[in-house]
Amino acid sequence: MMFSFPDEVLEHVFSFIQSDKDRNSVSMVCKSWYEIERWCRRKVFVGNCYSVSPRMVIRRFPEFRSIELKGKPHFADFNLVPDGWGGYVFPWIAEMAGAFPWLEEIKLKRMVVTDESLELIAKSFKNFKVLVLSSCEGFSTDGLAAIAASCKNLKELDLRDCEVDDLSGHWLSHFPDTVSLVSLNISCLGSDEVSFSALERLVGRCTNLRTLRLNRAVPLDKIANILRRAPHLVEFGTGTYAADLRPDVYSDLAGAFSSCKELKSLSGFWDLVPAYLPAIYPACSKLTSLNLSYATIQSPDLIKLLSQCPNLQRLLVLDYIEDSGLEALASTCKDLQELRVFPSDPFGAEPNVSLTERGLVAVSSGCPKLQSVLYFCRRMSNEALVTIAKNCPNFTRFRLCIIEPRTADYLTLEPLDVGFGAIVQYCKDLQRLSLSGLLTDRVFEYIGTYAKKLEMLSVAFAGDSDLGLHHVLSGCESLRKLEIRDCPFGDKALLANAAKLDTMRSLWMSSCAVSFGACKLLGQKMPRLNVEVIDERGPPDSRPESCPVDKLYIYRTVAGPRFDMPPFVWTMEDDPSLQLS
Amino acid sequence: MANVLGTEHDLNFKETELCLGLPGAGVGGGGNEVDSSPRTTGKRGFSETVDLKLNLQAKETGMDLNKNLDNGSKEKPVSAKDPAKPPAKAQVVGWPPVRSYRKNVMAGNKSTGEESEKASNAAFVKVSMDGAPYLRKVDLKMYKSYQELSDALAKMFSSFTMGNYGSQGMIDFMNESKLMDLLNSSDYVPSYEDKDGDWMLVGDVPWQMFVDSCKRLRIMKGSEAIGLAPRAMEKCKSRA
Repeated sequence: MMFSFPDEVLEHVFSFIQSDKDRNSVSMVCKSWYEIERWCRRKVFVGNCYSVSPRMVIRRFPEFRSIELKGKPHFADFNLVPDGWGGYVFPWIAEMAGAFPWLEEIKLKRMVVTDESLELIAKSFKNFKVLVLSSCEGFSTDGLAAIAASCKNLKELDLRDCEVDDLSGHWLSHFPDTVSLVSLNISCLGSDEVSFSALERLVGRCTNLRTLRLNRAVPLDKIANILRRAPHLVEFGTGTYAADLRPDVYSDLAGAFSSCKELKSLSGFWDLVPAYLPAIYPACSKLTSLNLSYATIQSPDLIKLLSQCPNLQRLLVLDYIEDSGLEALASTCKDLQELRVFPSDPFGAEPNVSLTERGLVAVSSGCPKLQSVLYFCRRMSNEALVTIAKNCPNFTRFRLCIIEPRTADYLTLEPLDVGFGAIVQYCKDLQRLSLSGLLTDRVFEYIGTYAKKLEMLSVAFAGDSDLGLHHVLSGCESLRKLEIRDCPFGDKALLANAAKLDTMRSLWMSSCAVSFGACKLLGQKMPRLNVEVIDERGPPDSRPESCPVDKLYIYRTVAGPRFDMPPFVWTMEDDPSLQLS
Repeated sequence: MANVLGTEHDLNFKETELCLGLPGAGVGGGGNEVDSSPRTTGKRGFSETVDLKLNLQAKETGMDLNKNLDNGSKEKPVSAKDPAKPPAKAQVVGWPPVRSYRKNVMAGNKSTGEESEKASNAAFVKVSMDGAPYLRKVDLKMYKSYQELSDALAKMFSSFTMGNYGSQGMIDFMNESKLMDLLNSSDYVPSYEDKDGDWMLVGDVPWQMFVDSCKRLRIMKGSEAIGLAPRAMEKCKSRA
């Protein structure tokens, strides 16, 4: 029998355990720990909003203050999930509005948030402090106005990568005089959605403001005024960073940047004009994070800038940086942990910049702390990948996108199986991997054999047969999310590894070869899974059972099938008589 | 249900929903017809082309994958027979995996003036239908004519048909009685909001003009669209 501490002592101990994973482990130790833990969990994380119902969450955790929900599958970012699929937050808000007047934080990712939901939040939670909407859609500036007006204790309003309906720029004026924001991110708002004078006034009275990310509509000449009103900013995102070069504007700007002594992170820089870039130099030596992924400046200017930033840990940039810029990065930024290189011309038939595998090899060699990579390029070799793998055994995230599907090793014309095999073999802590290029079933054999800590895998245009999928499902012990498109994976591997799906958050397969019959079978046999067929051609039972479905989304759930689906989504039914034990 | 495979010129599939998602179909090796867009507009093209025959065979035999993989890049149903044009890249939906706000940002940055319009890679507009509980989005640049758009909308909103539009898909304003018939029916009629913020009937202007000026689409009951007709006619006259 466990030595019995008083509950309060255990509760106090548990209060130091913040991570969701650890909290879940704690709750499984014994019944009394489960009970104590559930009463003192303050932050709830639901990775798939359909895996559990709001009522179940509230019943189990009666005292939470913060909730984080994720909705649509990741491939929704690339328009693979048709609009109307789901991910509505309203039912959650409605349920919490009644039960939880003391809710303080809501964080949502890839969910549909209506103005109605925002208005309900504004009305229901008197101490509401933090709203983070990441890649959400469905709301307008009217909803934002409601939040601004009613949430008197609001500290954080972060709209990253959201799609907002522009109706009026004056929602900012709805903030009361007493509001004291710590963080405001409106970078996703379109033009005409922000009133500059309201913005300046707001910034002026939020003396605790530490994060401010403006949208593109804010012109360059407004930035100095704003910065001067917020000298303690730690994170700042500019608007359009372009204007005719005027010495007075320039010196104003440079002065403003030097007065912000705590700046660590910069972003924005739309339409960047190189002449104005040196204005940020005073801030560069302290910068740890720089997002230039909207700045179309060329390699020489980038090299000059990066040479000023020796403490950089995180860099997002366009492929204009080219191999030469990445080589410079490798020699000056020894603390670099995360690098993302985006394509400037993703749909162009020919390369428009000189960015190849060499750049990534250089960074892998020069930056010993590199852990997270997202790299778009047009050619790769097994040799380069092996070198990169050996240079960076500490990778946790490696996402490589070779732009043309099924591109072979450009030196040997072989598949890139060996290269990616090296990545999973050397990088023992790899949690996330995205594949591209020409790949056979062999790469999946490597992944199944070595990638024991892998939690998320993204696959496109790869593999030869069901064996590939089988390797992954049977070998990757830590796998939680698997997303696959345009691969010849069919029924066999999926059905043979059905039980694995109970241990994962979700599986997405589109343009593969899984038949409707197999989906039905899976739905019947696996009661704790929702097997959703997404098919805009019409009902799948209007075609032969052997016909492959267009898109398939399978996720585990304790909430049963959902009922908010559009006409082009079907959930396969459970059949109790057929269930696997 | 047969796969309705677009027009006679190009197989223009907006989304992968129109093909069986045969791996290997439509992607390898480029070499696809599209139109004569220069490289800067590269993206002009269709999402995936699928050989008609392959489709039907696959339906019958339940997917002969090896055959598809072998035939994949070679058997395109309609190829540009013009050897002078460089093979444009066939565009695949959702690939490369770049978020749409990144695509649009690039378009804005690409160049100035009129060229930037052509360089813009996508023209996503929201489509709402009266009575439908959700919005859809379409990329107008994926289509070449009103007919193609109409087919795509029909797939999305199965109770919608574009009714009595003329052969080009354009409204025949010369024939008022035909127009009034259309508007008096209980068929759905597509309307759109143009750059000036006015709501117009779809089909009142040539296709390209429509693509350039359309900001959003709304599919409404013919009887409700009656109010749009006079304005549409006025605009037409002022442009003529």
